[in-house]
Amino acid sequence: MSDAVSALDGRAAEPRPGLRLAECGLRGQITLRAGDLASSALVGAVEAITGVAVPEALSAGFAGDDRGAVWMAPDELLLFVPHAEVAGAVEMLEGALAGTHHMALDVSHARAVLRLEGADAAETLAKGAPLDFSEAGFPVGRARRTHLGGLAVGIWRRGPEEWELVCFRSFAHHLFAWLETSGVEGAEVGRFGV
Amino acid sequence: MAHRLEKGGRLIDRSQPLGFRFNGRDLEGFEGDTLASALLANDRVLVGRSFKYHRPRGIVASGAEEPNALFGVGAGNRFEPNQRATTTELHAGMEAISQNHWPSLDFDIGAVNAAVASMLPVFSAGFYYKTFMYPRAAWKHVYEPFIRRAAGLGKAPSERDPDSYEHLHAHTDVLVIGGGIAGLAAAREAAASGARVLLVEQTAHWGGRALAEAETRIDGVPAADWATARAAELEADPSVVTRLRTMAAGLYDHGYALLYERVSDHRPGTPGAPRHRLWRVRAKQIVVATGAIERPLTFAGNDTPGVMLAGAVRDYIRLYGVCPGRRAIVYANNDDAYRTALALHEAGAEVVGIVDVRHDAEGALPEMARALQIPIHEGRGIARARGGKRLEGVEIGRLKSGTEIGGAGPAETVDLVAMSGGWSPVVHLYSHCGGKLAWDDTALMFRPHPEAGAPLGPDGEINTRCAGAANGELTSAPCLADARMAGRAAAEAAGFTPGPELPVPAVEEPAEQPVAAHWFTPSRDKYAHGTKHFVDFQNDVTAADVRLAAREGYESVEHTKRYTTLGMATDQGKTSNINGLALLAEALGAPIQKVGTTTFRPPYTPISMGAIAGQAAGPLFKAVRQTPMHGWHAANGADFEPVGDWERPYCYRREGESREAAVRREVLNARGHVGLLDASTLGKIAVKGPDAGVFLDRIYTNMMSTLKPGRCRYGLMCNENGFLFDDGVVVRTGADSFLLHTTSGGSDRVAGHLEEWLQTEWWDLEVYVQNVTDHWAQIAVAGPEARRLIEAAGTDADISADALPFMAFAEGTVAGCPARIFRISFSGELSYEIATPAGHGLALWQALHAAGEAFGAMPYGTEALHVMRAEKGFIMIGDETDGTVTPQDLGLHWAVSKKKDDFLGKRAQSRADLIRPNRKQLVGLSTEDPAEVLPDGAHAVEDIDAPKPMRTIGHVTSSYFSPTLDRSIAMALIERGSERMGETLLFPVGEDKVIRAEVVSPVFYDAAGERQNV
Repeated sequence: MSDAVSALDGRAAEPRPGLRLAECGLRGQITLRAGDLASSALVGAVEAITGVAVPEALSAGFAGDDRGAVWMAPDELLLFVPHAEVAGAVEMLEGALAGTHHMALDVSHARAVLRLEGADAAETLAKGAPLDFSEAGFPVGRARRTHLGGLAVGIWRRGPEEWELVCFRSFAHHLFAWLETSGVEGAEVGRFGV
Repeated sequence: MAHRLEKGGRLIDRSQPLGFRFNGRDLEGFEGDTLASALLANDRVLVGRSFKYHRPRGIVASGAEEPNALFGVGAGNRFEPNQRATTTELHAGMEAISQNHWPSLDFDIGAVNAAVASMLPVFSAGFYYKTFMYPRAAWKHVYEPFIRRAAGLGKAPSERDPDSYEHLHAHTDVLVIGGGIAGLAAAREAAASGARVLLVEQTAHWGGRALAEAETRIDGVPAADWATARAAELEADPSVVTRLRTMAAGLYDHGYALLYERVSDHRPGTPGAPRHRLWRVRAKQIVVATGAIERPLTFAGNDTPGVMLAGAVRDYIRLYGVCPGRRAIVYANNDDAYRTALALHEAGAEVVGIVDVRHDAEGALPEMARALQIPIHEGRGIARARGGKRLEGVEIGRLKSGTEIGGAGPAETVDLVAMSGGWSPVVHLYSHCGGKLAWDDTALMFRPHPEAGAPLGPDGEINTRCAGAANGELTSAPCLADARMAGRAAAEAAGFTPGPELPVPAVEEPAEQPVAAHWFTPSRDKYAHGTKHFVDFQNDVTAADVRLAAREGYESVEHTKRYTTLGMATDQGKTSNINGLALLAEALGAPIQKVGTTTFRPPYTPISMGAIAGQAAGPLFKAVRQTPMHGWHAANGADFEPVGDWERPYCYRREGESREAAVRREVLNARGHVGLLDASTLGKIAVKGPDAGVFLDRIYTNMMSTLKPGRCRYGLMCNENGFLFDDGVVVRTGADSFLLHTTSGGSDRVAGHLEEWLQTEWWDLEVYVQNVTDHWAQIAVAGPEARRLIEAAGTDADISADALPFMAFAEGTVAGCPARIFRISFSGELSYEIATPAGHGLALWQALHAAGEAFGAMPYGTEALHVMRAEKGFIMIGDETDGTVTPQDLGLHWAVSKKKDDFLGKRAQSRADLIRPNRKQLVGLSTEDPAEVLPDGAHAVEDIDAPKPMRTIGHVTSSYFSPTLDRSIAMALIERGSERMGETLLFPVGEDKVIRAEVVSPVFYDAAGERQNV
C-alpha cells in the first residue's frame, strides 16, 4: 500500500520570530452527521473514539495532538483520530449508530489542518476573519466556522497562543501562503483589542 | 511672501532637516512638516492649476478639506497622483510634482479655457449638456478628445505597485473617531466604564485644533498641553486602543466602520510593513468627534493663490512655524478668525486690517485685536482680490445690501488673505448610515438632529453620537461637556456602567459673539456677476454657476450638484457644499433647511485601491484550487487554465511544441493508445439516508432510485425553471448511499443546492449530503489500452468486460492505492475513472504513468478532453448551456423521466415557452471548408442580404478542429435545429467573411458507441 501524504506534507514556516505556522500532516478525520448529538449511543461512541465528550455548540475538545472533536453544526461533528485508526473508527460509529439515520464519513483527505502558534497568531487571524479573537470573544476551546482570506475555514483555539484551522485540501497552499504573508515580520499590528 | 519663522512650530523638529524635490527643484523642510507646510516654507504659493479653467491655485487649507494642493507624489513604481499636500507627511527624499498643467506650472496653455469661458458659455453650469450637443459628429472628433485632455487631475501610475496592503478585523465596545479634545474627552469617559475603546485620529498628532489655539487654556494649561497629556493617559490605558494616522472612511449599518490606517506612508519601503491597513471594525457604539471645517467666503478672486482659510493660516504659523505671508488681511463674518490676526501679529506679519462683514465686532477677540492696534473694517467686504499667480492686493468696499458694495473703498497691497465664513461640523460619517441633520439658523450650520433619525444598532437603538464640534459645539467648554456626555452615553449603551463623574475640565477661553450670515460678497463691473466668485475650488464652480442652475429650474440640491459639478471632485465639496447650497437657497428664495444637503457617502476622503484590495493581490489575488498532482503537472510541461476555482492543465507541451500541436498529439494518443487525465476536480458529493433515492429522484430529471448498487447512471439537474444547470454520473455505492459527480466548477453550487432543498423544503426527508470533492483524487484512463494499463499497474479488482461492464463500479486497489473504479467514459473510448484518497493521488498517477509507458500512455489536458467529448457530441455545462437551455433543447429527452410524479423543473418544462417548436435546439455543424474552424459564439443567419441589424437564428456553442476526423467540428443551438438536418447555414464572422456550414448530427464520431463497449 502506498503511503498517503497530506496536502502540504507537513510544511512549516516562521513568518516572523515567535509566530510559527505548520501543516499538521495527515490526521484521521470523520464527519459525523446525526439528528441528536446527545444520544447515548453517539456520546459513547464519540468518547470511545476521540477520548473527549461531545463538544458543546461552538466548541472543540482535544485529548492529545490528533484526537478530539469539533462542533461544526447542530447536526454535525468533526472527529479527529490518528490516521491509522480512521477506518476502524468509522466502523465503530456505524456499529454504534446502526438503525438510526446518520452519516459517518472518512474525510481525512478532504481537509488540511494548519496550526498557527505565537503571541501574534490572533492578530494574524484577525487580518482575514471577521471574528473577535480576544480572550473574551474567543476563549480557549472555542471553535468557529468562518471565512479567512476568501476561504471557508474552521478555526479553534487550542491554547492561549495556539490555534488550528481546517480548510478544503485543494486550498491548503493558499491558506498557508495567506497566513505566511499576513504574519510577515514588519506587518505587526500591535495592540488592537485582542 | 510665505516663509519659515525663526522659531515656533509645535510639530516640527528643526534639528531634522529633510530634503525633498518639487517639480525637479531641491527644497528643504523639517521632520514633522506636511508637504504643504514645507512648500509654504519655501514660498511655493502657486501649487497647481484648476480643473476646468486651469487657473493658478494655491494652498487653501491645512487638513483633509484641502481642495487645491493635489500632487503626484513618489517616483517610479511608487508614484501616486492626487495626493493632498496638507495630509501628506514630508519624508526625506520625497518627490512631488504639480498636476493639471502643460507645459509647466508657471506657463499653462490650458488657461486659454478661462479666456474662452469669459466670452462663451463654455464650462459654465451644464456646459456638457449644452455645448456638446451639436453638431452630432463633432462629439467624437472635437469635443470628446478636448474634454479628455482637459479632464482628470493627475496621471495614472504606469507601474505595478510594489507595496503591500492588508485588512484587519477589529471588535470594540466603543469606537471614538477623532483625537481632538472632544474625542479624547469622550474616550476617557467611555474607558472609565471598563468598556473596550478604540480611539482613532486621522493625523499624526493628538489634539486636533487645540494644538493651534493659543488663546484657550484647559485646567490651567494651554489646550494643546491638556490634549497631549490626556492622549498619553489613554495610550497607557490597557482597555483603550489608540491609533494615529487612522481615518474613519465610512460608517455602515449596525456599527460596522471602515478605518484607513496609513501605516508606512511616512516611512515608505519599510520592510514587511503594509503601506495601508484597512480596519474593518464592528463597534457596539460609535462616537463621532470629527470636529468642524472652516468655510471660505465667496468674493471675486477668492481663488487667487494667497487667499487661505483663516484657521489654516494659524495652523501653519503655530504648528509648523511657517507664515504664509508678510502683509495680511483677515476677512471674516465671525470672531474666531480674529485668532488668526493675533497669530499673524505674533508671527511678525503686518496685519493691515480685519474686514468684518458685521457692523459690530465687539467680542473679546476683536477687543484683543484692537488692543494690538489692528484696524478693523466693520460692515465691509472684499470687493475683489487682485493678482494672478500670487495675490497682489484687495479692494475693500462698504456692504450696502446683499447685492451691492459701496464705491471704491480702500485698496490694500497684501500677499495674504485669511478668510473665514464660519465653521461647519464634520457630519459626513454621521450621515453615512442614516444620521439626520437640521439647519441651525443662529450658528449657521447643519448639525446632527437625532430626533429626526440617527444611526441604529441591531437592536434598533441609537448606536452613533456626534460629540463636540462635530455636534455643533464650536467653543471649548460646551464642546468638552458634550463630548463627555457622549462618551458616557456610548459606554452605557454598550452595556457598561459609566464610571464616577470625572472632574469637569476648567476652560478659559475668550467669549465669542455670533457669526453673521454672509454667503456672497458683491463686486463691481465685470466681477459683479459672480463668475470669479469661486464656490468649489477643485471643480471650478462659481456663484454664477449655482445661480444659473437655479434660474434654469434646478431646485433640488442633488440636481444642482450634478448640473454644476459642485462638490463632485475628490474633496467632495468639503469646503464648498454649505456655501453652494446657501447660495442656491438664496437664489431659490427658500430656507436652507428646505434645500438640504447632498448625500454624504463614504469614503470621507479617498482611500487607496490597495487598501480596498488588502492582501488579495498577486499570488493571493484569488484562492485557486490545486489537485494532489498539481506539482507533477507543473513539472511536466502543463499549460494551465482556470476551470471554476481550479487550475487545470489545458495541455502538456513538449519542448518546442505549440498548444495546438500538443492538443492534437494528446487526442490522437488517447484514441490510438491510452491517455491519462487528472479528473480530481470533478465534484463529488456523498448522499446517504433512507430517503436518498427519493431525494435524488426529485433532484435529477431522470430516475435514480432504481439504480442498482454498484452501477452508474448519467443524470441531469435542472432548476425550478426547467433549465439545465449541472450534469454528471451518479453512482450507487450502497443500499442507502450514493455518490454524485458534478461538473468541476459546480461542486460547491450543487452541494449548496442540495442542502437548501433539504433544509428549507424537504426537511422531512432523512438524507445527509456531504461534499467530498477534495477527499478523492480521480484519474481517467481512456483509450484502447486502458484495461491493459490498469492490469499492468496491478489491481485486485476484476475489471474485465464481463465483470465490470460499461457504467459499473468496483472497489479494490490499483498499484497499491485504495481505489474506486468507475467504468465511465467522457471520451467515447474504453475508459475507467479511478478514485483514490487524495493523499494517494500523486502515487497512483505516477504508478499509472510508469505502467503506461509500455502502452504509449500520455497525460492529456482539458482541451483534449473537450475535443474528444465534442467529437462524441457530449454536451458541456456552460458551453451548450447558459441558464436558458432545457435538456429537451439539447436532445436529452431520454434523460428526462416521464414516469416520475415530480422532479425539479418538471412543471416548468411543460410551460408554453419551453415546449414551443421554434426553440433553439442542439445540432452539429459541418463547415463546407473542413479546415475552417467556426469562431465560438458565431451567429447564424438565414438571409445574408437582410438589412442590419440582422435576425440571427442561433449561435455556435462549441467549435474545435478534430484531429481524429481531420476536420473542423462544431455544435450550435439553432432555431428549429432538429428540423434543419442537411440545411446550409450562414455565419457572418466580420469584415465580409461568411462561413457556410451544414447542419448535421452532433455526434461526429462512433455514433454506435462501439469503442467504449469493449
